[in-house]
Parts: sequence; C-alpha cells; structure tokens
Amino acid sequence: MAHFEKAKSLNEWFDQRLGVNTLNRVLAKEYWIPKDINFLWAMGMVLAITFGILLVSGIFLLMYYQPNVDLAFDSVNYTIMQEVGYGWLWRHVHAVAASVVFLIIYIHMFTGIYYGSYKKGRELIWISGMLLFVAFSAEAFSGYMLPWGQMSYWAGMVITNLFSMGSLEMNGVVEWIRGDYVPAQAFLDRFFMLHVLLIPIVILLLIGIHFGALRLPHVNNQNGEEIDFEVEAEKYRSGNKAASKVIAFANDFMAKDMFVVAVFLVFFFYLVFWNFGFAMDPVNFDPADGLVTPAHIYPEWYFLWSYEILRPFSKDIGLIAFAFAQVIFFLLPFLDRSPNAVPASRRGLFNIWFWVMLVDLIVLTAMGKLPPEGIYSTIGYVAALVFIALWIALPIITKLEKKL
Amino acid sequence: MGKAFGAVAGVGAVGALYAMKRSWDPLPSVKAAGFTTVDLSTCVANKLVVEKWRGKPIFVLKKTAEMVAAQSDAQNARDIVIGDDHYMVNIGLCTHLGCIPAYRDKKHDFLCACHGGEFDASGIDTKAPPPSPLVIPPFKITGNTLILGEEGPEFKKMKDAGIIA
Repeated sequence: MAHFEKAKSLNEWFDQRLGVNTLNRVLAKEYWIPKDINFLWAMGMVLAITFGILLVSGIFLLMYYQPNVDLAFDSVNYTIMQEVGYGWLWRHVHAVAASVVFLIIYIHMFTGIYYGSYKKGRELIWISGMLLFVAFSAEAFSGYMLPWGQMSYWAGMVITNLFSMGSLEMNGVVEWIRGDYVPAQAFLDRFFMLHVLLIPIVILLLIGIHFGALRLPHVNNQNGEEIDFEVEAEKYRSGNKAASKVIAFANDFMAKDMFVVAVFLVFFFYLVFWNFGFAMDPVNFDPADGLVTPAHIYPEWYFLWSYEILRPFSKDIGLIAFAFAQVIFFLLPFLDRSPNAVPASRRGLFNIWFWVMLVDLIVLTAMGKLPPEGIYSTIGYVAALVFIALWIALPIITKLEKKL
Repeated sequence: MGKAFGAVAGVGAVGALYAMKRSWDPLPSVKAAGFTTVDLSTCVANKLVVEKWRGKPIFVLKKTAEMVAAQSDAQNARDIVIGDDHYMVNIGLCTHLGCIPAYRDKKHDFLCACHGGEFDASGIDTKAPPPSPLVIPPFKITGNTLILGEEGPEFKKMKDAGIIA
C-alpha cells in the first residue's frame, strides 16, 4: 500500500489516484504547438468532431434500424424517416457527415503531403493516418449496405466480387465473405456488425495511435522549420509569450482550433438542413433487387478516383491497378527520397508532382461519375496511367532534389 | 515454461481462428442446393426470360432461325438444342464484377452498364473488361423442361468439350 496524504481538494484527490495534473500537463498545458501554422492545421480537430457527430447520430439510428433483408429498407425509409421524432435529423446528419468526413480527410492528407509532414520522425503519423483512411473507407462501405436499397445491394455485389482476385476465380472466398452465393441475410447481418462494432473499435484504437504518434515529433509548421521545443517552451513559461515560437495546445491553440471547427459546423449544418441530397443517392431509394441492376453503378464521390483506376483496364490489370492505388499512399514517406520536410512550393519538381497529382485525382473523380463511354473512357484511361506514372516518378524526382 | 505457455496459447489461437472462419461460412440451409425448374416451351424467340437460381439471375434466350443461321461453331456449341430450337442458358452476371447485363433485342447482344462490357447472344464476351464468357449453370433437360442445379448428360458433354471451365 502506497502512502496517501488526505486530499485538500477534489482536484488533489483525483491527482493522487489518476495523475490528472500530469496528464493535463503532458497532453494539454505543455503540449507545444508552433505559432507559424494556418487553418489547415485544424482539420484534425474538425475530423475528431465529425467522428463524434457520426457516433452520436449513429447511436440514435441504431435504436430503430432492423438488420433484416425484409425489414431494413422500411426501418430506414419509413420508421426512422417518418415515425421516429427527429429521426430524419439523425439520418441526414449521419449521411452528410459520412460524406463530408472524406472531404476533410482528403484536405488533411493533402495538407500533410504539401508541407512534407510525413517524414523526419512523422512516418508513423502518416501510416496510422492511412490506416484510419482504410478503416473509414470500410466503415463507409459497410454503412452503405445497411439501408438495403439497390445501390447497397449492387455495391455489395461488385465490391465483394473484387475478392475473387480476377482470373484466380476465388469464388469460394467471395461466398465466404458474403455467407451466401449473393448478398443476402448473412451478408447484411455481418456488415451490420462490422459497421456498428468492430470497425468503430478499430477506428478508436487507431485515433489513439494517431494522436500518440504526433506527441513526440510535434506538428509541423508552415516553413518546415526545425524548432527547439525546450528552448521555445522555456520562453513561453517565463512569460515571454510574444518571443516564443510556440503556444500551448490548451487553451491557446484549442481556442483557434475550435474557431475553425465552428466555421466548419456552420457549413456542415447548412448541408444537413438545406442540401443533404448529395449524400443520398436516389437509386438507393429503390429496395434491393437481385434481378435488376441499376443502369449505371457508381460509388459515392470519395471512392470515384480509385474506382476509375479499376475501370478502364481489362479485369486482371484493372484489379492490380486498383490494389496499387489502395496501398501506394502508405509508402509515401519511403518513396519520397528527399531530406527536405518543407512546403512543396520550395521543392522544385515535387511542387509540380503535387499539383499534377491533385488535378489527376480530381479528373479521375469526375470521370468515375460519368458513363464509361467514348471520350470519358479515354480521359479516364490516361488519368489512370498518369496516376501510376506519378508514383513511379516520385523516388526519382525526389532523389534529384537538392538539399535545402 | 514460456514455450509451454506459448504452445498452449498458440493451439488455442488457431482453434479460435478456425471457429471464427467456420462461423462466417455459408449456412447449411443456404448451401443446400436450390433447384429451379424452367419450362422452355413457353419461351418466345428473341425475348429474354430471366429466372432465379440460388439468388442469381439466369438468362434464358430462345433464338430466332435467322440468329441461329448466322452463328459460328463456337456460338452453337454453347447453345442448348431441343429439336430445332436453340436456347442460350447462362448465369446473367457479368464475368467482370457481377452486374446484370441488359439484352438489346435489335442487336442480339448484351451490354453491361457498369463498365461497358459486351456479350453476344451466346454469352461470349465481345468487348472488355469481362475476361470470359457468361457462365453456363449446371442443368439437366427432360423433355421441354430445364432443371437448374443438376448436371445432366448435355451439361457434362459441354464440360468435356471444355466450354464450361
């Protein structure tokens, strides 16, 4: 039994037992954030808040949703939308947040790429972030199955068929994943479980690792400047806050962070109340029917770029290109051979690489939405080749880059 | 001691993984072969009939005399012939990623809307991305009746001829 003094305050009582003051110091009061940053540094907090919104709205949807092929469609489109008081609010919040979260993820990712925030000790932040992207993709896909509309069914059919690995014809694997020859009851039940339990647990775990990986290297700054955090923190502590290059995470940085979150939430709730349609595909308002394929199957906007990389090739090459697109971003810290962790604008060829990549992904996204015919097929094909070529070029152009 | 602990835990882990794998397998009630019976005598030439077998759509297409006359040997080999009538009987799922192609009765072919693949009236792929012809399901013929899910002599003959992979 360790020695405990009688506590003089509630705070002291908790500090003796949980070390709350130490936690507060390490994670907030003396967690230093550089001053030289901009609003793009708030995307992490925006994502955390959006995830919270998804969790809360999801809890309310879960209370009325029925994971049964005969009941699922009506439990969403009738019970939740028309009977449950404010059920429509949870559904629209959930659908809009699920779509917008990917917009913020992409901004967050490309901020990291632009400022080189994935190297020099920050590799694990990047990798855990990419794992989060994969987990969020799985979460989005499994959630998309649940209303059991036509797009749910056919997206489920097409995506699970990818696991037959093309000409390897591994249909046993596909049937194992589905628990049936086609998406049916077993399929809906297991994707329901994944969506509400297993994947959210994985996401929470990964968020912990992602935050943890950030604590020691600290966040990057607008100029890629190497900061001596001990020296700058000492200036801050001694009261010379103006001369210090850093501020404390809480409350200084949080105050600014939450301002960006507030602006985001105005935009978010504008979408929820007045423009939620983009997150609700009209085809998914037809109940699932295994004997009728919708005229044009396309995924939600955030998967279009990788879908378009799959589409213009023959089956096996398409699958290989698709698999390449899914994993290649993981390797960014290792394919970038340059020692410079500075903004792309100061990195010559890499600057061009960055902007071509961004435009190429936008082109792929646009072509993925259009029917696979004529000129669209050709543009999509070229854009897919450009994507692959960019990754092959990356180690070469970054190797040539001069050390700044 | 550590090794013994490790060995016991390892056996337990493998056992648990096996149980998890088995729990994801299709249920016996799902696997119990569904048999679907199709009466071919009601088919109208150049009009696609879609039946359901094990949750999958089955294309049944009776061909017109002109269509049959224009066919190659490879196309004929995939037809089910009863008397003078040629029938195409295929699983109606695109061999690319499993969408249902639509029949275009004017052009006598199938177009898959998902990724633009095309098949002729015998189910042979004519435009990528599908890598192979539509799949012929196991069938048995008795008179004018087609039983899906059972391997009859005609099906076995096709299999021996290498038409069914």
